[in-house]
Amino acid sequence: MKKTDQILFFAFSVCILFLPLILKESYILHVFVFIGINTMLAIALNLLLGYAGQISLGQGALYGLGAYISAILSAKYGVNPWLGMGVSAVIVSAVAFIVGFPILKLRGHYLAMATLGLGIILYIIFNETVDWTGGPSGFPGIPNLKLGSLTFDNDVANFYLVWFFALITMFLALNLYQSRIGRALRAVSDSEVAARIMGVDAWLLKVKIFAASAFISSLAGSLYAHTVTFIAPASFGFNFSVELLTMVVVGGLGSVFGSFLGAAILTLLPEWLRVFHDFDIVIYGLLLILIMMFMPRGLAGLVSHLKAKVYVESK
Amino acid sequence: MLKVSNVSKNFGGVAALRGVSLTISKGTIAGIIGPNGAGKTTLFNIISGLYPQDEGEVFLEERNISFLSPEKLVRLGLVRTFQNLELFGRMTVLENVMVGLHTKSSSGLLSCALRLPKQRKEEKRIVEEAWKCLELCGLAEVAEKEAASLPLGQGRLLEVARALATEPKIILMDEPAAGLNTRETTGVADLIRKIRDMGITVVLVEHDMELVMEVCDHISVLNLGQKLAEGSPREIQDNSAVINAYLGED
Amino acid sequence: MESSAQIFQYILSGLANGSIYGIIGFGFAIIFNATGIINFAQGEFVMLGGMVTVFLLSLLQWPLVYCILLAILLTLIVGIIFERLAVNPLKDASPITIVIITIGASIFIRGIAMLVWGKDTYPLPSFSGDTAINLGGATIMPQHLWILGLTCIIIILNRLFFYHTIYGKAMRACSVNPKAAGLAGINVRAMVLISFAISSALGALAGIIIAPLTLTSYDVGIMLGLKGFCAAIIGGMGSGMGAVLGGFVLGILESLGAGLISAGYKDAIAFIVLLAILFFRPGGLLGRSGIERV
Repeated sequence: MKKTDQILFFAFSVCILFLPLILKESYILHVFVFIGINTMLAIALNLLLGYAGQISLGQGALYGLGAYISAILSAKYGVNPWLGMGVSAVIVSAVAFIVGFPILKLRGHYLAMATLGLGIILYIIFNETVDWTGGPSGFPGIPNLKLGSLTFDNDVANFYLVWFFALITMFLALNLYQSRIGRALRAVSDSEVAARIMGVDAWLLKVKIFAASAFISSLAGSLYAHTVTFIAPASFGFNFSVELLTMVVVGGLGSVFGSFLGAAILTLLPEWLRVFHDFDIVIYGLLLILIMMFMPRGLAGLVSHLKAKVYVESK
Repeated sequence: MLKVSNVSKNFGGVAALRGVSLTISKGTIAGIIGPNGAGKTTLFNIISGLYPQDEGEVFLEERNISFLSPEKLVRLGLVRTFQNLELFGRMTVLENVMVGLHTKSSSGLLSCALRLPKQRKEEKRIVEEAWKCLELCGLAEVAEKEAASLPLGQGRLLEVARALATEPKIILMDEPAAGLNTRETTGVADLIRKIRDMGITVVLVEHDMELVMEVCDHISVLNLGQKLAEGSPREIQDNSAVINAYLGED
Repeated sequence: MESSAQIFQYILSGLANGSIYGIIGFGFAIIFNATGIINFAQGEFVMLGGMVTVFLLSLLQWPLVYCILLAILLTLIVGIIFERLAVNPLKDASPITIVIITIGASIFIRGIAMLVWGKDTYPLPSFSGDTAINLGGATIMPQHLWILGLTCIIIILNRLFFYHTIYGKAMRACSVNPKAAGLAGINVRAMVLISFAISSALGALAGIIIAPLTLTSYDVGIMLGLKGFCAAIIGGMGSGMGAVLGGFVLGILESLGAGLISAGYKDAIAFIVLLAILFFRPGGLLGRSGIERV
C-alpha cells in the first residue's frame, strides 16, 4: 500500500468508528449499513473490472447465492449463522472457480454476455426452487448473527458488524493493488499477451480473482441476509448487477476508495431524492454513458486530477 | 541454443512459413531479415508460443518447446519484445519491469492481500532488481512515469528492460529500432551488445540493415515464408539471391 | 404421455417465437459485423417497436398498419441518434467501455419508457383477428402466420440487400476488412450508421409482431434482446441467415422444454444453450468464423 493510501485508510477507519456516535440511531446510520454491504460488493466487482479488466454482469447473482445459502443453512437447518456464512462463501467461491474456467476464456462482449447469462440462470433458480428459497415471495425469518450476549438486530450493532467486514475488504484490496498479484492483474488488463510473455498465467489468475470476488460477494450476501432477516430474488437480479457496475464506474475503475464513494452515492441518492425512485434507472443509464465517455476514471480519477492541478499551481 | 526445425504455418490457405529451419548458437546475436511478409513476425509468434505451428518443431537447449505456452517458455528462459509496443500502459515504468520479475517471485493472492512479512521482503527485492534493469537500459529517470506516456524510443527500451527482468537465456527482439532516429538506434545497438556480453543470446528481427549488419554475428534471410540464405553479415551482403529478393527479381 | 399433436403444437409455437429471436439476432449480427460491437441496447429497440405502436394507436387512432410503419420509423430514428451520440464518438474504445456504454444506453431507454408509459403491460391487437386455425390437430393463430411470413420476407430482402445492392455489398466489405473497404472508397462510418438504422428497424419490427401474442411493457426488451443474442450466437455471429436459423433452434428448444419439462425454467433454457455454445463452440453451431476478431 502506498503511504498516502495508508494514511487515508487509517483516517477513513477512524471516521467510520466514530460515525455512530455522531449519527446516533438515525435513519442515515441504517443506510450506512447498506453502504457497507454495497462497498464490499463494489470492491468485489472492482477486483475483476478495475484490476483485471474483466467484466462481470452476474455479480448480483453471486451475492444472492451467498445470501440464500446462508439463509437456508441457518433458518432451515439451524446451522450457526457464522459457520453458515463461512460455508456459503466457500461454496460460492468454489462455484465461481469451476464455472470461471470456461467463462474467463471469453473476452470483452462475450464475457459480458456469459456472466449475464450465468446471473440470469441463478436468478431463475432463486425464483423457481420455491421449496428452498420461497420463490418470488421471498424467504422470511432468517436469524440474526450473535456474538456472546450481543445480537446484531439493531442499526448500531449491524453498522459495526458490516463495516468490520467492509474495512477488512478495503484493506485487503488496497494491499493487493500494490503487490505482485495486483501488478499481474493490472498487466493482464492492459495487455494480456504481454502479461503471458512475462510469465503470468492469465487464465488461471483471472479465474482465481473471480473466485475471490465471489467469496467477498457471498460474505456481503450473508451479511445482508442476517441483518435484514428477509430476502427475495428481486434484490439479486440483473438490475442490481447493473447498479453495482454503476457504483464501480462512478467511483473509478481500480480505485478502492472510489468503490466506497460509488456505493455511498448510489445508496444515498434514492434516500435523499424521493422522486429518484422512479428515475433511478434513467439516472444510472446516463451516469454509465457520461462517465465512460467523459470521465473514464470516475470520481477517483477526478480527485487525483484535481490534486495534481493544485500541486502544479502551488509550485 | 535455439533450433527451429522445418516449421510451417498457414493462415487460411496462405502459407506464411514453409519448412523453415534455423539454428542459433549460444551467446551470439542472430539476425533474421527479409522483405515485408517474409514471415519473420510469424516465426517469432510461433517460437514464443503465441501461435501453434502446423508442422515442425522448436527446441531450446535440446528440449522440445513446440506448443509450450508463453508463460511456460519464460520460465525456461525464453522471452520476447513486441514491435507494436505491448506495454502495460496504465502502470508506471517501474511497475512494468516489476511484472517482468513475476516468475522470479512467488507470493500468492492471499499473502499479497494480507501483506505477510515474507511478501514484503520479496517486494523489496523485486523493487531493487527492477531498478537495476531500468538503470541498465537508461530508464531510471522516468521510472515513476506512466508507461503510456513514454515516447517511442523509451517505450522500445522499456520493452527490452521488462524482458531482461525475466532473466532470460535468450531474448527475441521484434524490430527494436523501428521508428527510432539515428542516435536512439545507436543506443539500441549498444544495449544489444551489452545484453550479449551478459551471456544472453539475442535473436533480432529488424528492418534497419545498418543496425543488423553492425551488431549481428550471424544472419538468416527469409523470403515468402522460406529461408533464402544464411551466413555472416559479409556473406549476406554479397549474396545475389538476397539482393534479388530485396530489389525485385532481375 | 404427450401426443404427437401436442409436440407439433410446441414446434409450431416454437417456430413463431424463434422467428422473433432470429430477427432480433439478425439485428445483433448486422451491428457486430459492421463494428465488432455487441449492442446491449438491441432489446430496447424491440421494446420500443411494440410500445410505440400501442401508444400511436391510442393517440392517433390511425389504422394499425400506419401506426406500425411510424413506430418502426421512430425506433429507427432512436437507433440513429444512439449511434451518433454514444457509439460514433468512441472510435478506439476498449470492448469493456463499449459494453458499459451500451448497457447504460439500454437502461436509459428502458427508464424513459417506464417514465412515459408506466409499468403496466399493454395489448396490441392481432393483425388479422384471433380465430385459431386448425392444422393437423394443432391450432395456429393468424398472428403466427404473420410472423412466419414476415420472417421469410425479411430473409429475402436481406439477401437482396446484401448481395444485390451497392450499399449491401459495401457493408459486407466493411465487415470483412474495414480498413481495405475504407481504402476502396467506402465510407465506413456511414456504413456503421446504416447498420444501426437497419438493426433498430428490424428490432422494432420484431417487437411489433410479437406484441399481439405476449402483450408488451417497458421491460420486455431485456429478455427478448438476450434471446436474440443467443440466437445470433447459435447461428454464428458472422451471418444474418445463421441468426434466423439459430432463432428457430432456440425457439423450438424453448417451447419443447417449457412444454415437456417445466414452464418455470423456460427462460433459463436460452441461457444454458448460450453458455454451452460459448464454452464449446464459440464460432456458433452453424458458423465457422472465430469468436475473436483479430
